[in-house]
Amino acid sequence: MRDQRLWTWHVLAGLVILVFLGLHMAIMHLDALLGIFNPAGDHPIAWENVVARAKLGFFTFSYIVLLGAALFHGLYGLRNILFELNPGAGLRKGLNAALTAVGVVMFAFGAWAAWAASALARTL
Amino acid sequence: MRVPSEVTFRIRRFDPGRASPPAWEAFTIAYAAGMTVLDGLRRIKETVSPTLAWRSSCRMGVCGSCGMFINGRPRLACNTQISELEDLPVTVAPLPNFAIIRDLVPDLRPMFDAHVALHPYIIRDDVAEMYEPTGEYFQSTEELEHFLQFTYCIKCGCCMAACPTYATDAAYSGPMPLAQAHRYNADSRDGGFRERKAVLAGERGPWKCHYAGECSQVCPKGVDPARAIQLMKRQLVFDYLRLYTQPCPSTVVPKATEIKRRADVPEAPAPTVARG
Repeated sequence: MRDQRLWTWHVLAGLVILVFLGLHMAIMHLDALLGIFNPAGDHPIAWENVVARAKLGFFTFSYIVLLGAALFHGLYGLRNILFELNPGAGLRKGLNAALTAVGVVMFAFGAWAAWAASALARTL
Repeated sequence: MRVPSEVTFRIRRFDPGRASPPAWEAFTIAYAAGMTVLDGLRRIKETVSPTLAWRSSCRMGVCGSCGMFINGRPRLACNTQISELEDLPVTVAPLPNFAIIRDLVPDLRPMFDAHVALHPYIIRDDVAEMYEPTGEYFQSTEELEHFLQFTYCIKCGCCMAACPTYATDAAYSGPMPLAQAHRYNADSRDGGFRERKAVLAGERGPWKCHYAGECSQVCPKGVDPARAIQLMKRQLVFDYLRLYTQPCPSTVVPKATEIKRRADVPEAPAPTVARG
């Protein structure tokens, strides 16, 4: 049951990445078409545009969702690779715990950073 | 193509009674047109090395006994013409990913244990009907085609020998047992998805398959286990999302001999030879 659950979330995380990473790529590289996210014109990563996007709640939400999906997708893939090395039962438990801890800590830090950037942008 | 007068076999030998590891031994025998690798092994056993051991039975690619690692690829010895091999000499070793019992005889028990654990048979609630049938379980041609390809499996173990995941992960069930589990999950007469899911949803399920596709490449019967595994993954994902409900197993219908002939089935043509 556990592997079925993990695989399903792996697939769903892949779909989330497809949507939000697609959005990111579109904003960064199709700025002529999606200029609404670059109100200051110029380059998509110009300071004014970054601040403008950070003020929008949708972008804060999308950063956090993409972060969670990418972390889960990537760490689950890493877990599969490590498990193919045929570790013992004890080491498997240790790897599961370590990868979960890494994922939670990185997610918490990334989510805090996204939230803090948004809060800071609103003060500017 | 130039027909050789003789052919050399390099065979990986192993005697469990001796402490020495497996070693290669070469044999040169007369070549005859149409000779298969199995024919060559029999010739070697009859004329040169009577202790050479392997499994074989039907000699026509049906029983699945003679799976071997021939010229770097898992194949059936009876189905492999020496003239069709890419290069010579013929190198023959036991199937990889299994322990060796002797010479070319692999220990296939882990494969069959995994197969048995996945309940490879029709499971239904109407046990009385199964043991004392009053009719037949109806199945349309379309329903049959959902799993027909997977029924051609002869359990030769070639797919298991080619699978890179099975080579490293002892917990992985492997392509043959998984494909056969899907063969029954996809059968409209079966109601055993829940029972099989108890194994498939865990670490013995299809999750470690990263779709190398080697199992399908080497299958001598064209079963395509890789496809069965991907279909099974989809089925299990939908099941987790509660989007998959196994249809009720097909109902019992009177035997074909007891029902009226369908109007759209034409009569058989008249016999061309007089009876009697």
